[in-house]
Amino acid sequence: MKVLVPVKRVIDYNVKPRVKSDETGVDLANVKMSMNPFCEIAVEEAVRLKEKGVVTEVVAVSIGPAQAQETLRTALAMGADRAILVQTDADLEPLAVAKVLKAVIDEESPNLVVMGKQAIDGDNNATGQMLSALLGWPQASFASKLEISGDKATVTREVDGGLQTIEAPLPVIVTADLRLNEPRYASLPNIMKAKKKPLDAKDIAAYGVDTAPRLKVLKVAEPPKRSGGIKVETAADLVAKLKNEAGVL
Amino acid sequence: MAVLVIADLNAGALSDNTHKTVSAAKAIGGDIDILVVGKDAKPAAEAAAKIEGVRKVLLAQSDDLGHGLAEAVEAVVVPLMSGYDAVLTPATSQGKNFSPRIAAKLDVSHISDVVEVVDASTFVRPIYAGNALETVQSAEAKKVVTVRTTAFKAAGEGGSAAVEEIDAGAGAGGAKFVGEEIVKSERPELTGAKIVVSGGRAMGSAEEFQKVIEPLADRLGAAVGASRAAVDAGYAPNDYQVGQTGKVVAPELYIAIGISGAIQHLAGMKDSKVIVAINKDGDAPIFQVADYGLVADYKSAVPELMTALG
Repeated sequence: MKVLVPVKRVIDYNVKPRVKSDETGVDLANVKMSMNPFCEIAVEEAVRLKEKGVVTEVVAVSIGPAQAQETLRTALAMGADRAILVQTDADLEPLAVAKVLKAVIDEESPNLVVMGKQAIDGDNNATGQMLSALLGWPQASFASKLEISGDKATVTREVDGGLQTIEAPLPVIVTADLRLNEPRYASLPNIMKAKKKPLDAKDIAAYGVDTAPRLKVLKVAEPPKRSGGIKVETAADLVAKLKNEAGVL
Repeated sequence: MAVLVIADLNAGALSDNTHKTVSAAKAIGGDIDILVVGKDAKPAAEAAAKIEGVRKVLLAQSDDLGHGLAEAVEAVVVPLMSGYDAVLTPATSQGKNFSPRIAAKLDVSHISDVVEVVDASTFVRPIYAGNALETVQSAEAKKVVTVRTTAFKAAGEGGSAAVEEIDAGAGAGGAKFVGEEIVKSERPELTGAKIVVSGGRAMGSAEEFQKVIEPLADRLGAAVGASRAAVDAGYAPNDYQVGQTGKVVAPELYIAIGISGAIQHLAGMKDSKVIVAINKDGDAPIFQVADYGLVADYKSAVPELMTALG
């Protein structure tokens, strides 16, 4: 059984994004980039399935610039077996990403796709759902638990107010939520080993998919700033201020 | 111009998120219809018919729709879209689950988490955990949008639209509902609450979280929230999570206890009217957005707060 894990290179989770002064986007020059945290969870889940003997091959795929190879090497160091880079310098919208992934899936024929529920740059939370719709495969989004038995996936999902469990025949698209697992740190020997694992780079044009942007970004602005208020000395002062000054109690 | 709003149901009842999404639809303009999908959802459809400015309410009912299975909802909505220019869904976990599928099937973009409708084709949405606001324009024939409901006022009531039952579609296909565990709570729903009391990693354990945060929330009639760090550590369930990867709230009063104020948490609560922070680290970033800060250990501050509230 083969699992495909799409991963995205994004601004590091701990870096505060800065909007460019000309309001054309967020400044990513000389900013630390890492694997999207939800993608890390997806890689971890795929690697655990392999360690349990449920799957035999974990293939990581990234769509992005040449530097996305680093992200793929991270996935390989975590335990993926091989990687595919679909190279483009363009910033693709979720629909385009879903279409390219579909083309990769048509070639690779995995039994399962595990991917992050959203990327922390665009915050769209759309690609997995779109991919499922395009492929006609069942969708199990926002997974907090995944079990594969035979040709069936049982997925517990984070929903408003609690959890929902669904069952679907493979192949299926699973999108990872926060509690699915805690991703491992790659060990130094595994990082070294990952350098020798196969990484296949292809130009995006090879897939023949229309990835032209559909949306026009008119501007990217800073949100209105919230200024800090005052410090109070005691809990009693706090209650008095909330009652008399803010009027919220 | 005609806009379809997909209703949000909470335990079978129409939620306020629907009214807020109707407000976003009004900013687009044109006729507004509401689609209610669910099981035994007639009362919700009748409630939706009372929202002001609604032309008609469509009702589709089946077991799969009752469980909110994404494929089933998509199968109802996509054929309807020949009659609409836009479809707006509240950005709840349910809405986020199916709305992008509709966009993919129509071969158009998905415009996620809109906080402002500039005009019928221009929308503002947060990116990078709310550290930037992106204004996007779509020239596509159909707009498929999810709406961050905390950014819109609820549309009023007083309408009397007709309710029309429609075909429930083809069902979910591959995926099958097995079960659910929905937490039953007397407390208000997190995203709609007037007051939210949230706890962070400083609580140290699930027992402590329950002992400190919940009584204060109950005293104030508040909903309970948590930081991602507290959820990650297992102190609070995931659906308490306030932040970029959890829920976005904008209550009248937000009380953050033992929360340092990571970017990702601030993204989920910085639009609250009044923010209170209690943290023993006076340099914690949460104080930069708090209207009222109390530098103190929560262990002494929360009991004192309870006493002061009387």
